[in-house]
Amino acid sequence: MSRQILSPLPGIFYRKPAPDQPDFKAVGDTVAVGDVIGLIEVMKSFNEVQADQAGIIAAFMADDEEPVMAGQPLLDLA
Amino acid sequence: MPIAKLLIANRGEIAVRIIRAAKELGIATVQVYSSADADMLAVRLADEAVLIGPPMAAKSYLNIPAILKAAAESGADAVHPGYGFLAENAEFADAVVAAGMIWVGPAGDAIRVMGDKVAARAAAMAAGVPVVPGSDGRMDDPAMARSVAERIGFPVMIKAAAGGGGRGIRIAQDLAELDRLMPQASAEARAAFGDGGLYMEKVIVRARHIEVQILGDGSRAIHCFERECSLQRRRQKVWEEAPSAALPQAMRERLCASAVALAEAVQYKGAGTLEYLFDDATGEFYFIEMNTRIQVEHPVTEMITGIDLVREMLRIAGGAALRYRQDEVQLRGHAIEVRICAEDPAQGFKPGPGTITALTVPGGAGVRFDTMLYQGYTVPPFYDSLLAKLIVWDEDRASALARMTRALDELQVDGLPTTKPLHQALALDADVQAGAFHTQWLEPWLELNLDKLGGMA
Repeated sequence: MSRQILSPLPGIFYRKPAPDQPDFKAVGDTVAVGDVIGLIEVMKSFNEVQADQAGIIAAFMADDEEPVMAGQPLLDLA
Repeated sequence: MPIAKLLIANRGEIAVRIIRAAKELGIATVQVYSSADADMLAVRLADEAVLIGPPMAAKSYLNIPAILKAAAESGADAVHPGYGFLAENAEFADAVVAAGMIWVGPAGDAIRVMGDKVAARAAAMAAGVPVVPGSDGRMDDPAMARSVAERIGFPVMIKAAAGGGGRGIRIAQDLAELDRLMPQASAEARAAFGDGGLYMEKVIVRARHIEVQILGDGSRAIHCFERECSLQRRRQKVWEEAPSAALPQAMRERLCASAVALAEAVQYKGAGTLEYLFDDATGEFYFIEMNTRIQVEHPVTEMITGIDLVREMLRIAGGAALRYRQDEVQLRGHAIEVRICAEDPAQGFKPGPGTITALTVPGGAGVRFDTMLYQGYTVPPFYDSLLAKLIVWDEDRASALARMTRALDELQVDGLPTTKPLHQALALDADVQAGAFHTQWLEPWLELNLDKLGGMA
């Protein structure tokens, strides 16, 4: 059974802190609880998405700049 | 040539506002929308609607080629940009005109001049409009900085000539501090911008934000009196009034005349707003910037003058001359607008998109409610949190405040958090009732009055 990190909010998902900066995390990276894996923009306010479980990123389920719903999977952990 | 078919390059409540004005003039309407906005009120009200892209604004409401394509395919002959998004984008204004359509606003070049702070300041000075006292351009050495500071008076703000985003700014209270801070500010400016050049402006302590509405037809301009928007949070206006309670009549006349002088000096065409800081302590006002578009808070001006500003924008853009002489614009009574946003004031103004499960709109004499809401509508999370503007008018300010409290009590929006409790508390606050506030007043008040922001419904 795969484990996933879900979006806590509806909005636009960003994988990097700013357009000219690298992604917070890439496939294969290890994440610890509390690590920032992306941002969700809700009504022009930016909110960090922190990992609520630890693991290794197997795949991203949402692309950079993709609209997401609250509860939608953002990434799969191996 | 009068406009026949208008494309609205915006969304939300202002798109609804523009469609209403167009319909009253017999103008056909084309509403563009993102895939997140198919159910929005403006799409329902417009004669036609065109999908222009995905939810993210950069790919839809800021997507100039997509909007121009929608205009061409729908046969629109004019574009109204509303506020925000592309409203002050000179390239978009130029592109609309280059495509053979009417741009409802001033020409791209006027947007460029007024959008550049240094150029706007120069234009204001040339028209005899007071600007915030400061250095004439750059100050290169400490002796010059000392003499400028002694001339304009402390406290002073030292700013990076090449700056932006607040970096390189220092506030000095006296000469010793100025001497100490100048090298720091210069070093920071050089590191951040590759240019250590500095300039100086006087700090206007406890300033009030007062702005003048103007209308111009390219040769003549008039003012429609002022609005006061001093109640701000994070530099965002939350409550606006017209007229200002702080301005004596003689000062009002000087302020408004200065705005007309500047508008005529730049041959302004359309609706615009000149923003000023008003110093309570000295009775002086200073031009800070001009907005070359319709503003969120325009309804308070409409309520005290009876002029439909959006209608006049459409008429002027269609080639008509100004319909009013200055002496025909009469100020009557007092109007207040509050912004109802999808934010929870009790939780740090956390945004809360969601579905409107019930909606009761306030009514009665002197009440106007400009909104994008209807029962069952789902507010998407992708855009600004502004849901509605509640505007009241009455014969005087005290009556308008009482009417605002009454109207807020009637307003019911279920399904998401709103800023209604903030406005209920403000309308009953002693300082607000006395008109005793400035642009730095609201934020400390919010910290002290958190217990009042949980709702009184």
